[in-house]
Amino acid sequence: MDWFDSGWGLSLIVFLPLVGALLIGLIPRSNEESIKQLSLVTTLVVAALSVVAAFRFDYGSSAAFQLDTTLSWIPSIGSNYHIGIDGISLPLLVLSAVVTVLSVIYSWNHWDEPRNPKAFLILILILEAGMNGTFVALDLVLFFIFFELVLLPMYFMIGIWGDKTPMVVKLGSYQLTTETRLYASIKFFLFTLFGSAFMLLAFLALSFEGGTFDIPALIDMGASGAFTGTFARLVFAGMFLGFAVKVPMWPLHTWLPDAHTAAPTVGSVLLAAILLKLGSYGFIRIAIPILPEEARAWAPVIAILAAIGIIYGSLACLAQTDMKRLIAFSSVGHMGFVMLGIASMTEVGINASIIGMVAHGIITGLLFFLAGSMHHRYHTRDMAQLGGNMKLLPKIGGILGFTAMASLGLPGLAGFWGEFWSLIGAYNPLSGLDVNLFRGTMVAGAIGTVLTAGYMLWMLQRVNLGEPSAKWEGHEMHDADRFELAAWAPLLVATVAIGIYPRIITGSTNDAVVALVARAFGG
Amino acid sequence: MTLAPILLLAAALFSMGIYGLLARRNAVMVLLAVELMLNAVNINLVAFEAAIRDSLATGQVFAIFVITVAAAEVGIGLAIVLMIFRNRQSANLDDFSTMSG
Amino acid sequence: MMSDLLFRFAEEGAVEIGAGGALQEWAWLILVAPFVAVAGIVFFGKRMRYQGAELAVGMMAFVFVYGLILWVQTMTDHVVYENSVVIAQVSESLVFEWGWVVDGLSSMMYFVVGVVGLLVFVYALGYMRGEIRYTWFFASLSLFAGAMLVLVAAPNLAQLIVGWELVGLASYLLISHYWEDKENSTAGMKAFFTNKVADVGLIIGAIALSAAVGSFRISDILDAATHGEGGFSAPLFGSTVAVAGALLLFFGAMGKSAQFPLHIWLPDAMAGPTPVSALMHAATMVTAGIYLMARMFPLYQTIAEAARPYMIAIGAATLFLTGLLALVQDDIKKVLAYSTVSQLGYMMTAVAAGGYTAGLFHLFTHAFFKALLFLGAGSVIHSVHSNNMSDMGGLRKSMPVTFWTFVIGSGALAGVFPLAGFFSKDEILGTLDHEGYQLVMWIAIAGAFVTAFYMTRAVALTFFGEYKGHGHPHESERVMTVPLVVLAGLSAVAGFVNWPGVYTGFTEWVGTRALTMGDHHPEALDLRLAAFGTAAALLGIAGGWLLYGKDKESQQARDAFWIPGLYDAFKAKYWLDDLALGIVALVKGPSARFVNWTNNVIIDGIINTVGVGTRWLGKLVYGRFDQQGIDLAINAAAAGSGAAGGALRKLQTGRIQQYAGALVVGAVALVVGFVIFTN
Repeated sequence: MDWFDSGWGLSLIVFLPLVGALLIGLIPRSNEESIKQLSLVTTLVVAALSVVAAFRFDYGSSAAFQLDTTLSWIPSIGSNYHIGIDGISLPLLVLSAVVTVLSVIYSWNHWDEPRNPKAFLILILILEAGMNGTFVALDLVLFFIFFELVLLPMYFMIGIWGDKTPMVVKLGSYQLTTETRLYASIKFFLFTLFGSAFMLLAFLALSFEGGTFDIPALIDMGASGAFTGTFARLVFAGMFLGFAVKVPMWPLHTWLPDAHTAAPTVGSVLLAAILLKLGSYGFIRIAIPILPEEARAWAPVIAILAAIGIIYGSLACLAQTDMKRLIAFSSVGHMGFVMLGIASMTEVGINASIIGMVAHGIITGLLFFLAGSMHHRYHTRDMAQLGGNMKLLPKIGGILGFTAMASLGLPGLAGFWGEFWSLIGAYNPLSGLDVNLFRGTMVAGAIGTVLTAGYMLWMLQRVNLGEPSAKWEGHEMHDADRFELAAWAPLLVATVAIGIYPRIITGSTNDAVVALVARAFGG
Repeated sequence: MTLAPILLLAAALFSMGIYGLLARRNAVMVLLAVELMLNAVNINLVAFEAAIRDSLATGQVFAIFVITVAAAEVGIGLAIVLMIFRNRQSANLDDFSTMSG
Repeated sequence: MMSDLLFRFAEEGAVEIGAGGALQEWAWLILVAPFVAVAGIVFFGKRMRYQGAELAVGMMAFVFVYGLILWVQTMTDHVVYENSVVIAQVSESLVFEWGWVVDGLSSMMYFVVGVVGLLVFVYALGYMRGEIRYTWFFASLSLFAGAMLVLVAAPNLAQLIVGWELVGLASYLLISHYWEDKENSTAGMKAFFTNKVADVGLIIGAIALSAAVGSFRISDILDAATHGEGGFSAPLFGSTVAVAGALLLFFGAMGKSAQFPLHIWLPDAMAGPTPVSALMHAATMVTAGIYLMARMFPLYQTIAEAARPYMIAIGAATLFLTGLLALVQDDIKKVLAYSTVSQLGYMMTAVAAGGYTAGLFHLFTHAFFKALLFLGAGSVIHSVHSNNMSDMGGLRKSMPVTFWTFVIGSGALAGVFPLAGFFSKDEILGTLDHEGYQLVMWIAIAGAFVTAFYMTRAVALTFFGEYKGHGHPHESERVMTVPLVVLAGLSAVAGFVNWPGVYTGFTEWVGTRALTMGDHHPEALDLRLAAFGTAAALLGIAGGWLLYGKDKESQQARDAFWIPGLYDAFKAKYWLDDLALGIVALVKGPSARFVNWTNNVIIDGIINTVGVGTRWLGKLVYGRFDQQGIDLAINAAAAGSGAAGGALRKLQTGRIQQYAGALVVGAVALVVGFVIFTN
């Protein structure tokens, strides 16, 4: 397996989806079965490779980059093809590879109009390449390219397969009539591009100053205090904009509810499960270790924005009538916990943020699957019209109840640990940070958990419980089919497994996080 | 034998040809006028050859070339005229101005 | 027997402590068994012969037997055993663990959960027969028991929180069992939500205390607290970590143990089927808060002493104020519910005042008679198909077993000698007296009067007078009455395990694990207090019988004894529900809408303005500068070429002879030119 360890394994994980996309491109559109089978095989192989990577990974030295390789790529600007994973990126890589497989399985017989499986699956595969690539990239240019690569497929997914309801943007006397999908896709694209433009500037500035695009090299420089002063402040600000939009942090979050709501089911799932993590991953992989002093200076800002995000997202959820939009807003709150953990700059907090990312990916991904399946059957997402779902669709209803409980952070399930550890981190932030401020954010976070419970239970009451409305009488309702169950079962199992035994994640992350904090802030 | 009368004959033929070319409206007549001009040139070629006594007989060879080309030209020209006449029921050149700007 | 110093694990002079053996090592089985049962019932229950109920009852029997064995061993050997499995490491030193503790306190709880649980499960076989979601009901019930076992077995605060919230989840599932009615699911939400509010306190408190010693292990925390180590004196929220943390934990306990004013969820929780109420009130939920206070007892006795007055005040308010509410309830289950709240007030007051044994003893005896009362009430409800006492009456003839067991339970609750409640209430009074809380003691005695009064009222309204309901009530089947009889027996004798001066085994059993703590135990029955207590109980019974012994035509007339202003306050439950609903409405209504408005109008407004503004700018740039500026020159050039072309094209006539003419003219001109210029 030497070939695997020397970079080929990770490269395959990144580029195999592109090869698959290319091959699917050669199959005629009418041959749907072959297209589906090929994409399933591709994603399965990639997922299997990621699992192999998890087994080949040496957890004893998870702080080091492993299975890595460096090839000269663009020598004129000093950018190399440098990939590798450590304990922080490994869980996210596996999550990304697995969720993609499940998306393909779910897609098997669930297509949003205008259907066209060929194009859709090609987009999923391109998306996977971008996501996997971001998690393994150890070169700023490479990272940026993969980070941006995910934009395009998602843009087309939302723009083509998205919600076709007409909408009107009103601004005083100005009126713009458009479709939800168009509005949402453009908003998503421009918002993210706006952030990444600043991020690119920051990357370029770093390379001019540090003389390289190599992330580990820059981390070493940053730890020894190479980047300081106004320069570092501006660079961090640029990265902050890029990553914060993607997370998203309040108040840069408004693309998220629109994009999630308008996107087709699988789009929402991938968006929630993986794409949001690219931002928070960027903070942990790039921003904090390279610019530790700036990270310390910005920590209170991040913490306050995270706390606002938690409370704000939860309150906004309480006002929603659209089920999918409610789930979308819940992401704002959950990612607030992730960012609160990061803001504490402690080992506990950063561990919390990673397990929080994974848990949010699993749970919210599942929620979007469920919302999509319900929309598929009821043709509405308006919670006032739903109700009695447990009676009409007992399997979907039961899974929805379980997942909502997981989402509100029920102990024993995956979502709990991230929130709990974030609060521990915020209670005792990195020395030198304002303890009172962080404890305030901790209290806000704790109150956020109450509000989260409130809106989740409220949603369950409106959607799942009660007698079904007379409207659905005579409609034949098909409960979850085997493709749906196959796509959801792994997520359900993972929710319970991580909840009972969080070491599945922390066993990989902890050493890497401890090393990161020690290097950045002097252990 | 002097060259001048022959050249005069050729010049006269050529002028008649030009006149026919410019003045006749019938396409067939125009083609005949062109033949006239070509043959005027042939006379010139042969006359000059005879006067110079060129060892390679270039003048005569050229005249034969011209006759060959003229024959081909008339063949294609007449075919075109015939097709035009079939389509338009006219051989009058003034009727054919589709290329006008 | 005055022992101010119990021991820290095996300190000198203390009772010999055993380290435990294979039984303790395998005690994790009783934590895992319920969850295995839940999974089994959910996935295979419908295919089983008894629809999964056999799995639940079998599991509970196992828990009961194992718990009984553990407790017996604890009684004889004073075992203290603790084991943990690391499940996560999240920094260089902080680890999270699952574990199980087998010591006096947790063994007592295993036993209570086991015995009450088993009886309730068996009872439910009959009570729930033919009800909707029968299988699911037993799954939730098993989850409920399992969650409580996880809680009481917790060697660390993190696991305690896990069990704590799982208990809340299970209660939510069970209370809203009949969720076709919105009222029931709202009651479930109310329970979950009130508990979640309190959990904020528990979580922050647990984090604060654990951060002070760098470990979530309860033994580490208590060890450091009692030895003055750790960062407990650091400031936190205007106080020290110790006091603030202790109060926050107490706030958590207030929610779960339904202390005033967070008790509002408990009466509504009656929306669930009656076995659920019995389980919840006796063993698996409301005792959790008392358990937590007892588990953390040394903390409250040492560095967090400053928290005690608040706790006693809340406990005293709970025991008296909520007891009064039971006086005006028509729903028999709500009478019992308010009585539970009131009794929890007793326990909390006792533990807060320093009566570790007193509080736990009351928890122990209360578990039996409250389970008995609820199951008895359930038996009545099952028979008359109504919760309201105004639909009952005269049932003592048609339901003799239920009647007699209910009377025994009521007597035990009222504190009649020699039933269980007498001894535990006396222990509480003794502790309050000894610790110098005279005022609280008198409140407790007054509370005893109220207790006796409303229980007499309940018995009189239900079992005496004329039957006012529909149909013909009949005694319940054996599967329901047998648990009643067993519980009645336990309610009668449970008090003897701690009869001061005669036998005080209970004190030793639950004390095996406590660290340094002052805990008062009377040497013999304090006759003065016993007299006060008994007098209060007898007066209450007499008063209740006097007012309710005879039938009155309407409920209103029956309760009209009361001072009108107060009656309204009681009926309105002190308007606390309205207050809570108001707060919820405020959060859910205006503030949520406000936030949504800021999102859709303010933030999105800015974004949309930027977007539209950019479009406008684009139009300006395109229209003005591009189209009418730069493009103008380009267009002019193009237009000039076009015009020139237009003029010249006229030369192209398409007449071949004109071209030829031009050719000739040109050729002639050239020839003339050559002739002229070459010469």
